[in-house]
Amino acid sequence: MLSYILRRILATLPVMAIVALFVFSLLYIAPGDPAAVIAGDQASPADVERIRQGLGLDRPFLIQFGSWVWRILHGDLGTSIFTNLPVGTMIAQRMGPTLSLMIVTLLLTLVVAVPLGVVAAWKAGSWIDRTIMAFAVFGFSLPVFVVGYILAYVFALKFEWLPVQGYTPLTEGFWPWLQNLILPAIALGCVYIALIARITRATMLEVLQQDYIRTARAKGLGQGGILFVHALKNAAVPIITVVGIGIALLIGGAVVTESVFAIPGLGRLTIDAILRRDYPVIQGIVLLFSFVYVLVNLMIDVTYTLVDPRIRY
Amino acid sequence: MDRRTVLKGLAGAGGLALTGGISAPALAQGASARTLRFVPQANLANFDPIWGTQYVVRNAAALVWDMLYGLDSALQPQRQMVESEEVTDDGLIWTFRLRSGLKFHDGEPVRAKDVVASLTRWAARDPMGLMIKAIQNELTAVDDKTVKWALKQPYPKMLFALGKNNSPCAFIMPERIAQTDPFKQIGEYVGSGPMKFAKAEWVPGAKAVFEKFADYVPRQEKSSWLAGSKQILIDRVEWIVMPDPATAAAALQNGEVDWWESPITDLVPVLKSNRNIGVDIADPLGNIGSFRINHLYPPFDNVKVRRAVLMAMSQEDYMRALVGDDTSLWKPLPGFFTPNTPLYTEEGGEILKKSDLAAAKKLLEEGGYSGQPVTCLVAQDQPITKSQGDVTADLLKKLGMNVDFVATDWGTVGARRAQKTPPGQGGWNMFHTWHAGADCVNPAPYNAIRANGDKAWFGWPTSDTVEKEITTWFEAKSLEEEKASIGRLNKAALEDVVYAPTGFFLSYTAWRKNVSGIVKGPLPFFWGVSKTA
Repeated sequence: MLSYILRRILATLPVMAIVALFVFSLLYIAPGDPAAVIAGDQASPADVERIRQGLGLDRPFLIQFGSWVWRILHGDLGTSIFTNLPVGTMIAQRMGPTLSLMIVTLLLTLVVAVPLGVVAAWKAGSWIDRTIMAFAVFGFSLPVFVVGYILAYVFALKFEWLPVQGYTPLTEGFWPWLQNLILPAIALGCVYIALIARITRATMLEVLQQDYIRTARAKGLGQGGILFVHALKNAAVPIITVVGIGIALLIGGAVVTESVFAIPGLGRLTIDAILRRDYPVIQGIVLLFSFVYVLVNLMIDVTYTLVDPRIRY
Repeated sequence: MDRRTVLKGLAGAGGLALTGGISAPALAQGASARTLRFVPQANLANFDPIWGTQYVVRNAAALVWDMLYGLDSALQPQRQMVESEEVTDDGLIWTFRLRSGLKFHDGEPVRAKDVVASLTRWAARDPMGLMIKAIQNELTAVDDKTVKWALKQPYPKMLFALGKNNSPCAFIMPERIAQTDPFKQIGEYVGSGPMKFAKAEWVPGAKAVFEKFADYVPRQEKSSWLAGSKQILIDRVEWIVMPDPATAAAALQNGEVDWWESPITDLVPVLKSNRNIGVDIADPLGNIGSFRINHLYPPFDNVKVRRAVLMAMSQEDYMRALVGDDTSLWKPLPGFFTPNTPLYTEEGGEILKKSDLAAAKKLLEEGGYSGQPVTCLVAQDQPITKSQGDVTADLLKKLGMNVDFVATDWGTVGARRAQKTPPGQGGWNMFHTWHAGADCVNPAPYNAIRANGDKAWFGWPTSDTVEKEITTWFEAKSLEEEKASIGRLNKAALEDVVYAPTGFFLSYTAWRKNVSGIVKGPLPFFWGVSKTA
C-alpha cells in the first residue's frame, strides 16, 4: 500500500501543474488592477503605472508565469503585492483558524449526522424518520450566513453564552478556543449534517435488508449492536466517500462562515485577496486548496482499507 | 502495510496531537481597560503611508509616524515635531528646527537627515510635494536639528503641505527606511509617533496592534486633531478587522469591541437603542459624492451634454439612496468644496439647486446626442457607489439616454477607469466615487477638481479657467483673495462640469460608553481616548 500512496502523491504533481496554469491564466485575463487599488482613489494615472511597473505587472504573461513557476519549484510562493509579506507566512498565519473550524465542524457533523441517519433508517417511515429528514431538508436549504446570523443573535446577543466573533488559538486554552468555534461550526455544519444524515440513512436502509443482518437478529443480537457494529460498518464506504467530497463543501462554506464570524482564516484571506487582485496570494491559496483536496481523496481511499478488509491496493 | 498497522499509526498520531497539540489551559487575555479594541473602516492590508494612500493606512500611520506640522480642527497647520521655522522675506528659503528629545521607536534620535529623506520620498508621491519638488533648489540637513528647503519661487502653502491630513501625509521616518523607492513598499515600520506598531502580531485582514511608545515626547499644547499633545492614555490599541457590518454591530453590543469607526447607517438605530453605546457624527467634514464623466469621448466631450445631466439631476435622490431619510446626515451641495469650511462657496451653483428635466432634455438635443450607449461603471461591492449608480442609471433613462450599465466590483472599476480607450473598446463614460470632505477644503489636496486635461484625474477634463483659478489660489496672500479665486473656480468647474457632485453626506461612529475622549475629525484620533473597566 505504501507504493500505492507514493504513486498517488506523485500523480498529484501533474494535477497541481494544470491547476497552476489554469489559475495563473484566469487571473491574467481577469479584469482588475492591484496597482490601482494600492495607489488609492486620489492617485494619478502616472502613479498607478509606476506602481504597476514596480510590481512587475507590466511584464508579458509568459515571463510572469515562468518566474512564478520557478519560484514555486524552489518552495517560494512569492510575496503578497499588498502586505509585502511572504505568501507562505500569510497562509501559515491563517491555517490554524481554518483548520480548527474544519476539524470542529467535521467532528460535530460525524457525531450528529451519522447517529441521526442510523436512527432514521432504523425507524424508517415513522414520525422519527420524517422529523429527522425534515430537519435534513431544512438544514440543506438554509444558507450558511442566515444560520450564522440567527445563531449569533440568539446565543451571543440574547443569551450571551458565546462570543459573536473572533478566534482564540488553542495555546490560550481549550475552552477559549472551543467557544469561538461552536457557533461557526454549527452554522457551517448544517448543510454537511443534512447531507451525511441523508446518505447514512439511504445506505443503512440498503444494508439493513441484507441476509447477515437477519442472521444477526436471529442470533439474538441487540439492536445497538446490529445497527452500530454490523450494519454501520458495512455502510461506511459510501459515507466516507461523501464525507471526503464534503470537505470541498466545507472549504467553500468556510469563506462565508469566516466572514460572518470574523474568523481570521484562509476563507477571509481568499476573499480579501480576490477583491484586491492580490495575485500571488490567490495563486498560493488555490494551489493549497487543490493540494488539500487531492490529499483528502487519497486519505479516503486509504480509509476504505481500514473499514473493509476486502479492499487492497 | 496492513489495516491494523495503519490503525495503530493513527492512534499514535492522535495521542501525539493530544499531548503536544493541546497544552495545559492558559489564562485567556481578558478585555483589559488598558487595551482599546477598535474596528477600523477597512482592512489594514499594507502599512506604507507613502506607497499606499488609502485612508485606513493614513489613519494607522498617524499613530506610528509623527509629522513636522499637524492640521488642527480649524484647518490651520500647527508645529508638531518642529520647534521653530523661519522663512526669508522673499519666501525662497525655509528653515525648520526640530524639537529636542524626539526619538524613533528603535531608540535612535530623530535627526535632520531623517527629515530630508522622508520629505524627499513624500514629495515624489504627493501632489503638493510634487509642486514643491518642481520649484526646489535644494533640501538639506544643515545640522542634526536643522533642515533647509531652498526654492526657486515662493510657496506660501508650505506649512499646510507639511501638516495636511490628506494622503499621503508628510510622515517622518528614519533615513534608512525613507530611502526606499517611493513606488516600492517599506518593510520596517519604525516611527517617532506616540504608538509602536507590533509587527509580529499583525495579521493583515484580521488584526493590527499598536503599543504605547514610552519615550514619546508630547507637545504641551492642547490636543486638536493632528496638532498639539498626542497623549496616549491606553497601553495598547487592537485594530480588529470585521468585513461584515452586522458582526461588528453585534460585537459592539456584546462588549467584544470598544469602538467601531464606521457603522453603516442602517444599523445605527439598533446601536442608538443600546444604553451602553454612544453614537455621533464621526467627521464634521463628511464626504462629497461624485460621478466622474469621461471628457474624451462622445457624448460627454460636448459640454452641453454634460450640463444637461447636471441640470436633470436631483441631489436629494442621490442622498436618500445613499444615506437614507435622516436629513441631519446629508444636504445638497451646489458646488465642489466642503460645507462649513472657510472656502465653501455656492457661486455658479444654481444649476444644481433645482432639477429641470424638460430643460435638460432640450439641452441634450442641442448637444447632438444621437442615442449612443453610455457606459456606466458601477461597483456593486461598495454601498456608496452602488446606490449612486442606481440613481444615475434611472436619471439617464429619464433623460432618454441609452445606458450600458456595467455592474462590476471596485477592483475592476479601479483598473478600467484608467483606460483612455473609447467606451466600446474597454473604456468608459462614467463611474461613481466619493471624496472625503477633508480632501475638498481647498484645491491643494483636491485632485478631482483639477482640469488639466491629460494630467487630470480620471475623466481628464480640460478647463483653462479652473486651472487658472487654482494657480491664483496657490498664490493668494489672504483669505479674502483665496475666497475670491475659489468662487470663480467653483463657477467655472460647474460650467465645464469637471465632475458631477451628488451631495454632501456625513457618517456615524459608535463606541461603548466606558470609552471617553473620542473627538470628531477626519480620522480616528486615539490620543486623549481612555477606557474604564
